[in-house]
Amino acid sequence: MANRYIRQTSLPDFGEKSQKKLANTKVLVVGLGGLGLPVVQYLNAMGVGTLGLIDHDIVDIHNLQRQVLYSELDVGHSKLDTVLEKLALQNSNTVLEPYDTFLTKENVLKIIGDYDLVVDATDNFSTRYLINDACVILEKPFIYGALHGFEGHVSVFNYQNGPTYRCLYPEMPSKFEVPNCDENGVLGVVPGIIGTLQALEAVKVITRLGEILSGKLLIFDGLAQNYLKIDIKARPENKNIKTLQDSYDASFCEQILSITASDFQKLRTSNESFLLVDVRTEAEFLQNHLEEAHNVPMNSSEIPNEILSKNQPLYMICQSGIRSKKAVLNWQKKYPNHTFYTILGGMNRLMTLAS
Amino acid sequence: MTILLFGITKDIVGSPTLSVPTSSVTGRKIPKTVKELKQFLGETYPELNKLSSLAIAVNNSYAEDDQLINAYDEIALIPPVSGG
Repeated sequence: MANRYIRQTSLPDFGEKSQKKLANTKVLVVGLGGLGLPVVQYLNAMGVGTLGLIDHDIVDIHNLQRQVLYSELDVGHSKLDTVLEKLALQNSNTVLEPYDTFLTKENVLKIIGDYDLVVDATDNFSTRYLINDACVILEKPFIYGALHGFEGHVSVFNYQNGPTYRCLYPEMPSKFEVPNCDENGVLGVVPGIIGTLQALEAVKVITRLGEILSGKLLIFDGLAQNYLKIDIKARPENKNIKTLQDSYDASFCEQILSITASDFQKLRTSNESFLLVDVRTEAEFLQNHLEEAHNVPMNSSEIPNEILSKNQPLYMICQSGIRSKKAVLNWQKKYPNHTFYTILGGMNRLMTLAS
Repeated sequence: MTILLFGITKDIVGSPTLSVPTSSVTGRKIPKTVKELKQFLGETYPELNKLSSLAIAVNNSYAEDDQLINAYDEIALIPPVSGG
């Protein structure tokens, strides 16, 4: 064991001293997708003492093109369980702390409070702003990484007196301004590059090695093979956050109700009345569906009156929870007198509960 | 003045760079500040106006709206990106 890290401890600028720092550090990685996987694999391999892992998603076949730790056999299984298993085999010395949840306003301060450093490997603005504000409140640095098509961003925010994410982008963009990976697409190798750069910055912050990417935004352009660095200044008002905002939803007027798959499963076995609406295509519905589900595909112009007239809460389900969320947004505008819920994680999540 | 485009601004304009005239033959006002540049680009590409948080870098530094710009400056539009 003593020689396990010799290829890095033999580096004069790194040495045993830095190795000890890694071993004594607790790093939280939020998101086990394209960015998070290279981060956890390298930090685990290099000897970070404690790794906190947060994700609540299921491995989907569309993930495999960029989330290269997952295999075809992992499709349909929880990302968190899969990663835990693989990291434990990779390095049995690491303490792995799993959080089978999404990061929320309610749990963020408690979870981040236990760590020295956070890695933002999420795929949405809401969680990015939540991580930023929580890290500012708790005075923790965080390693930011984000993608768009063939490009990526990396920076170290809230490090000592350096700027925060809000110094670069003060306000959260609205939902329809900037598309996410699902809508826009991302070339498989790009998250690997950006996530690996995040892992490098994490190690530099822990060991105080080299020039830390604080006060700078690194923009990687994969098509031009270009790295551009932009100087960013800290704005005092952004360092002065004392409480979280009331809402981190991308658009306040479009708040929607949601239910976790396991709570929905409980609801199904209870005596409460509800209606289940499956918003997938007819072909998907015919392949498999829950027996009580009514099929109203996304592009339908209305919900049939025989469903609405029962005046019961409507639970929307799709494969992974993305379409059902959009469906709730659409339908609650059209039918403001009815109550709509989206089932988080959709059929994918429900299947894992059943098995 | 050449402007480097990133993220969704590249998709909106349909090219990785954009050229802004620095002398006016058409009578259009030439942008002299970052704010005027945003307005100038927004008139040509209305989709850019939708971006509430658009960072602009002048000579590799984050620039405020009132910063002066000239023909020799290197300018980049850096919209927020969310993918992971």
